[in-house]
Amino acid sequence: MRLSDLPKGSPAVVDRVDDAHADDVIAQRLRDLGFVAGEPVRLVACGPMGADPLLIQIGSTRFALRRSEAARVTVCMQEAA
Amino acid sequence: MSASTLRIALVGNPNCGKTALFNQLTGGRQKVANYAGVTVERKEGRFTAPSGRLLHVLDLPGTYSLDATSPDEQITHDVCAGNYPGEPAPDLIVCVADATNLRLHLRFVLEVKRLGRPMVLSLNMMDAARRRGVTIDVAELSRRLGMPVVETVAVRRDGVKALIERVDGAMPVAAPVQPDDAASRADLHAQVRALMAATVTMPRATDALDDALDRWALHPVFGLAILALVMFLVFQAVYSVGKPMTDAIADGFDWMGTHVAAWMPPGPLQSLVTDGIFGGIGTVLGFLPEILVLFVFILTLEESGYLPRAAFLLDRLMVSVGLTGRSFIPLLSSFACAIPGIMGTRSITDPRDRLATILVAPLMTCSARLPVYALLIGAFIPSRRVLGVFNLQGMVLFALYAIGILGAMLVGWVMKRIRRDKSEHALLMELPSYRLPKLRDVSIGLYERGMIFVKRLTGVILALTVIMWFISTFPGPPPGATEPAIEYSIAGYLGRGLQHIFAPIGFNWQISLSLIPAFAARETAVAALATVYAVGGDAVGGAGLGHALAVNFPLASALSLLVWFAFAPQCMSTLAVIRRETDSWRNVAISFGYMFALAYVASFITYHVAVWLS
Repeated sequence: MRLSDLPKGSPAVVDRVDDAHADDVIAQRLRDLGFVAGEPVRLVACGPMGADPLLIQIGSTRFALRRSEAARVTVCMQEAA
Repeated sequence: MSASTLRIALVGNPNCGKTALFNQLTGGRQKVANYAGVTVERKEGRFTAPSGRLLHVLDLPGTYSLDATSPDEQITHDVCAGNYPGEPAPDLIVCVADATNLRLHLRFVLEVKRLGRPMVLSLNMMDAARRRGVTIDVAELSRRLGMPVVETVAVRRDGVKALIERVDGAMPVAAPVQPDDAASRADLHAQVRALMAATVTMPRATDALDDALDRWALHPVFGLAILALVMFLVFQAVYSVGKPMTDAIADGFDWMGTHVAAWMPPGPLQSLVTDGIFGGIGTVLGFLPEILVLFVFILTLEESGYLPRAAFLLDRLMVSVGLTGRSFIPLLSSFACAIPGIMGTRSITDPRDRLATILVAPLMTCSARLPVYALLIGAFIPSRRVLGVFNLQGMVLFALYAIGILGAMLVGWVMKRIRRDKSEHALLMELPSYRLPKLRDVSIGLYERGMIFVKRLTGVILALTVIMWFISTFPGPPPGATEPAIEYSIAGYLGRGLQHIFAPIGFNWQISLSLIPAFAARETAVAALATVYAVGGDAVGGAGLGHALAVNFPLASALSLLVWFAFAPQCMSTLAVIRRETDSWRNVAISFGYMFALAYVASFITYHVAVWLS
């Protein structure tokens, strides 16, 4: 499933980041920030308007991502650890 | 090795404390705060190490990757690679990493290592790491990375000793240069994971306090309520705390002016000192407390880590008006002054978002407008309680800030409509840990802002005030003149000339005239009005000026002037910064033109509605 569809609070693991188009700098930056296969992520909070942006916890860092950015990341849900 | 010089560069991810380290090393007073992207320029400082060696220290903007996506990151990339014009590559790179967030920060350390330059890793914020129970096997980390690793606490005076000793010692051996390609990039993450597993233990990934605070601060309903309350409190405080002090200063200058005048022979010089210096400058200086109160709040908010949360809450709204959540912090800085605000936009990745932010930044009410607002509100708006708790004057001030913001939203929305390039914009913003603001950092910030204000006052504002006094006094009236003397002065003629343009929005010639020096520095409008009315024999000093204004022009004109200042083209320095940051005169012309039109139309409507209602 996509990171943008992840329910709040449920732990998941990054599978991959897809380029939305050729030479996608946003996707590259996401990979640099640590969105790589096997990395645990969690949706911490959603913005007040249209549940956008999303606050994603990866490692010890919290990043605000817009839905369209988060949609580039494919994750696998994990059973509650 | 002694007596030589060594060039070291501080690099690292955003908000890891490079500038705090820089200040601690060099005794500098560069701005520090708790959000990513405070430093957008390269800053240079120097200090002498215990060995007697002179160390040049470069503080560089933070970046997540050497693959730069914004103008500030590009600077860091160019300096590290030795491509920055006029800047030799640093002898030693000090890579700074937040010890509480090594999983992210170590990747950048490895990326920089591939440049193949001598390097030292500084594990910063070790105090916070220990508090959270993070343990790091420094010796093992150093062995695996193949570079010296030191622990630092940049916010403490003795927290950088280990780093100084290390950079002052033998030069570390550089790692071999390695190519940068997609495959090796993916490999960096694997290396980080291995390093983390071998050297770092963390009881939990995040700070428990952060999680608890964010549950409230980022809540869809409470979060917005807290944000609104914080903003509203700031403006209430500016009035209820700042105003009594302002009045005391104005009274003090009145008293001084009267006493100095008693010592001087009557004549033009006495008039210059009492009307120009004490009347004009004293009135502006009186607003220093209000400006400082505003800064106490801005600095505290910046230090606390709350601002990126506010940006998070407002992102969607900002996008709907053609901006981005990232615009929030530069725009908030613009409440202090548009110049640092516009420079702060360098941390905005998208060039369209950046330009839009630059163009609307001057609509945020800068602190230089505060004296004008405070003067007019004090003179025309009664001080009374509304609903028992709110001060009406404070509410009007809040409303003026609000129309600036609404104006910016309108302008942003229009720009978004006419923009042809509709491709996607990125947010990708890190939310830092909360931090208790440090009294020392807030005090330094306050001192710096206070000095900037005083320097403006004794420089450009004083000069303009003397000129205003001169043109209001000379030439004297012809024999047999029937009008007040000032009507025959240069100021009288100039003002009446300008009045042709500004009469439709309710400005008399004195106000029209004061707009000229206001273009150089906003506060000067107050000094200019004080001087013109004082020379005209109407008033002396701060409290007197308010009275003179209340007598000399109607409420409708006062409201129109307030609205004018909310929208009018910003000062010359701001236009110069827009020119420098966008490298385009066209943007300067657009900025000046739209603001003039907006201010004129809004003042016209305000004036006529107010006349019609009264």
